Parts: sequence; structure tokens; C-alpha cells
Amino acid sequence: MVNSAALKQEEALPAGMSLELSNVSHGFSLHGEVLPVLSQVSLNVQPGEFVALLGPSGCGKSTLLRLVAGLEPPTQGALIADGEAITGPDPSRVVVFQDPTLYPWRTIYDNVALGLEARGLLRTHKSRIDDALKLVGLENFHKAFPHQLSGGMAQRAALARALVNDPRLLILDEPLGKLDSLTRLTMQSEILDLWQRAGFTSLLVTHDIEEALFLATRVVVFSPRPARIVADIPVDRPYPRHRGDSYLADLRHKLLGLLGMDATW
Amino acid sequence: MSSSSATIDQTPELVSGVDKPQAANRIWVGGLVAAAAWAAAAFVTGFIPDDDDWGYSLQLAHLLAAAAVVLTLSGLFLPRLPVLYGRVRAKAAWLVVLALGLAVWELVTAKLGWLPRPFFVPPQALLEVYADEWRKLAECTYHSVLLLGSGYLLGAFAGFSVGVAVGWSRIAAYWGHPLLRFIGPLPATAWLPIAFFIFPSSWSASVFLIALATAIPVAILTWSGVSAVGSAYYDIARTLGASQRFLVLKVAVPASLPSVFVGLFMGMSASFAVLVVAEMMGVKAGLGWYLSWAQGWAAYANMYAALVVMALMCSSLVALLFRVRDHVLAWQKGLLRW
Repeated sequence: MVNSAALKQEEALPAGMSLELSNVSHGFSLHGEVLPVLSQVSLNVQPGEFVALLGPSGCGKSTLLRLVAGLEPPTQGALIADGEAITGPDPSRVVVFQDPTLYPWRTIYDNVALGLEARGLLRTHKSRIDDALKLVGLENFHKAFPHQLSGGMAQRAALARALVNDPRLLILDEPLGKLDSLTRLTMQSEILDLWQRAGFTSLLVTHDIEEALFLATRVVVFSPRPARIVADIPVDRPYPRHRGDSYLADLRHKLLGLLGMDATW
Repeated sequence: MSSSSATIDQTPELVSGVDKPQAANRIWVGGLVAAAAWAAAAFVTGFIPDDDDWGYSLQLAHLLAAAAVVLTLSGLFLPRLPVLYGRVRAKAAWLVVLALGLAVWELVTAKLGWLPRPFFVPPQALLEVYADEWRKLAECTYHSVLLLGSGYLLGAFAGFSVGVAVGWSRIAAYWGHPLLRFIGPLPATAWLPIAFFIFPSSWSASVFLIALATAIPVAILTWSGVSAVGSAYYDIARTLGASQRFLVLKVAVPASLPSVFVGLFMGMSASFAVLVVAEMMGVKAGLGWYLSWAQGWAAYANMYAALVVMALMCSSLVALLFRVRDHVLAWQKGLLRW
């Protein structure tokens, strides 16, 4: 679905962002008590890496992404992007959530235009909207409203809304979690394609081991809540990868073991 | 009516069910039945002698007969205009019942005099009022619409602003919430004596009361709409670099519009009530004033005539608001049905 002609028109994208998390801890106060969610997470991400964060459901991976996005400040520790502390949201770090959260009152085109509009770049960078829509194969859906799209198309539109801002870090919070399995596989390839071309750094939260191994250059495994890093495993395999690859199968076995699901192998 | 499946089979390109080749020979039976009913009403009015001396009996009979003629022609030829026919054909039952109702009304008032006078008047009395007093009624309608429009628009704007502020800002909520809870349930008409005392004219006092009656439901519904906007919408905009101003104007406000319109509808009903009371109590113009003035002179026909005009005015304004909503919330069409 990714249109390669559209990408050639794109101006050269800046390289990915580097990320440095040191001793990040976070908690929520619940009925007066502090519920720890993240515990002493330290992680370095090189520019252009594709890092998958893997862990049991509800362990706090998504909270980590919210901290990286700047939507919340951490209780403890430091988050540094390109040598500067993260103090708030920034359009260079864009999130794609599990739900596409398109604005139902805006057309697809206007949804994708959101970031440019918010930053007052609508006039000067208008062509980027068409490029982004082409990139995700939605060039014929400018005037459609979100409720008229299928789940996969809506998530593609959300992806276009992120890409139009030329992010240097793309934060993916289980973006394919609610899609059917075939659409999921197709979109995994599309995301990979976009990442390879644009060169941004990618941070993906998922609990699908196969997805992590198919996409990421590195898989970071978290413990149940409060999340700590249990393992940090490089996936040293060239792209395009094959799902049946025996090297990946071995890694999969290993990851299942780390997640305490060894018995199912 | 008979829908011919055979014709549709032969011409599959006509999906609408209105088959043009046959339409020329077809007649609208319902329209002809309605024509008969109107003719009967005309007959009752024109040929049965009046119980008393009523003006305009003949004119009413002519009007009813004219309706019968129009319906007869429609019954014969309307199927040739598929668009118009499609809209009108289902209304046949209403047209029949309307004519029969008029005939019965005519019988029990002007012809047989069964209903006590002067409280019950025949239809020709209303006709007489419209013929003699249409200028005055139009003037009153103009004054009512002007007063209502000024108060309603002012109140809608104020209520919307207060609602957004209370829904968005913590300080506004701290001060606004208790005030809204305390003053909100009080009917706007309770302020009437104070308003007429404080404001320089009864007109400005009435504008204030109508605005107040409108503003409170609009404020409450806007507030609840703004506070119900999912945080995910804000997260998205914030990560894309949105300012506070953008979050309010481009996220909170459009997301809360469906709820705002509920408030606007509630505010409109409230504003009608206040309008009539204000015009009856202090303002020396408008349909409410006309109503109480007619009652003072025991001119019951004028009262009924003004009531009909008032119903038309109110229902037209509600219909107008519906049109505005359908336009503004066109994106909702796929989500909600109305």
C-alpha cells in the first residue's frame, strides 16, 4: 500500500532522534496510595533504531511511552532526547495510539492536517498532507469522515497524521493491537517500509512477540508491574525478515521464556 | 398505492420505484379522496345556513372549494412530477382528516351552535381576523421575533462562553459551578419583578430575562460537553504541538458541539415561555401582548388567530435550529440517526 512515488517527492527527512532514559521511575497515586508503575528503567536508544518494548499486559510500557512523549513528567529519573531533557510534548516526538483517535468532526484530510494547523504551518507545508495520505494509500479518502473508514484505514490515517509532522521519533503504542490479523501483517510491513525510508527512530510497545521480532532491531523485555527491564536483546537479522526464519523462532522461544510462557512452546 | 414490480423488472435502471413510463396514466387516489373531503367541507360551509350572522362564511367556503380543486388536479396530474409526488403522497390521510375536522368544527360552531359562545368561534371568524388584522398580527410577530432573537442570541452566546470557561478552566469552575447550581434551577420568570425594576425599559428587561432563560441550559450543557471530551483527543493534539488556545477552540469546542445543541434546544423552549410571559406582563408589543389584549376585549377569535400565528412562529424557529444543527453537525450523520 505504501506508495513509493510519493516518497520520492518528500524532502529529505532528518535522521532519527537519540534517546536516553536514566533511572526512570513513575507511580500513580490511587486513593492516597502510590501505585508504582515503572521502576528504575534505564535505556539508551541510538538514532534510527527500532526498539520494541515487550511485556505483559498492564505492566507500564504505555506509561513509559507517555513519559517519552512528554505527556507526563516522571516521578523520578531523567529522560533526554537528543541531549535535551524532555519537559513536555513536542511535534518531533509523535505518538500513534492503539485507538486511531481521529477527530470525528474532521474529514480525513483535516485530521491529517492537524499537526500543521496546530503549529501554524498549514499554508507553507500544505503539500505534505497529500504526500502523507499517499504514503499510507488514502489519497482517495480526503473528504471521508472517520466513521466511514475501516479499522485498518483509520489507523493508516492516524499514521499519516503522525508522519505529516516529519517526526524524528515515532512512538507506537500498540498501534495494530485492535486490527484483524491479516490487516495487522500488512501494516507491519508498511510501518517497516516507512521507517526504513524515513530514518526516524521508532519506539514500539507491543505484546505480540512475532510483531516485535519482525520489526525491531532490538527487543526490550519488561517484568510485570512495576515494570523493570528484564532483558535487552538485539535482533541481528536483515530486512525484509521472514516470519518462518529459524533464528527468529529461536529468539521467540527465548522471549516466551522471559515472559514466563515457556511451557506453551 | 400500487407499486408495479413488473415495470421495475423491465427497466432496472429506475431503482427509485417511481416508474416514469407508467406515471402518465396513473392517478393519486389518496389525493382524490382528500379532494372529496375538502369539497364536503366547502359544501357544509357554503350551503348549510349559519346559526348566526357570521361574516366570511362564503369566503371560507370558496377557500375550501379552491383547496378541493387543487387537490383534484393534484390527484389527476401530480404523479407526473415524481419528486413532488414522492413528498406529498403519504400526506393524503392528514389532508382528509384535516378537512373532516374543519367540517366538524364548522358544524358544531357556526351551523348548529352546540359549543358555548363567545369562547368557541367558527373557522370563518379566524379568517375574518386574518383578513382584517393581518397587518397588526405581522407587526406583533415582527416585535416578538425581534425580542426573542435578541435575547436568545445574546443568551446562547453568553451561555456558551460561560460553559466553555467552566468546563475548561479550574478557576472558572471554582466560581462558576456553585453559581450555576444555585441560580440554574430558578425559573427565569422569577426574576421578572426585579428585572422590570432594574432595567430602564421593559424591552431591555425582557431581553435580559430571555437571555438568562436561554443561557442557563446552554451553559450547563456546554460545560458538560466540554468536560466529557476524552483526554485522548487532547493527548493527540498536544503531541502534535497544539497550544492551549488550539485545545479549546479546535478540540474542546467542536467535540462538545452535539451537547451544546441539546442546550440550545432546551434554551429555545425556555425562551418561548419567557417571551410570552414578558409580553403579557410588561412589553407593549408582540404576540403575547396581542393575546392578553384580545382576552381583555373578550375577542376570542383574535386570541385563537394569534395562538395559531405563535405556534407557527415557534415551530418555524425550532425547524430553523434543526437546519442549523444538521448543517453544523453533518459529520454526525453516520453516527446518530434522527
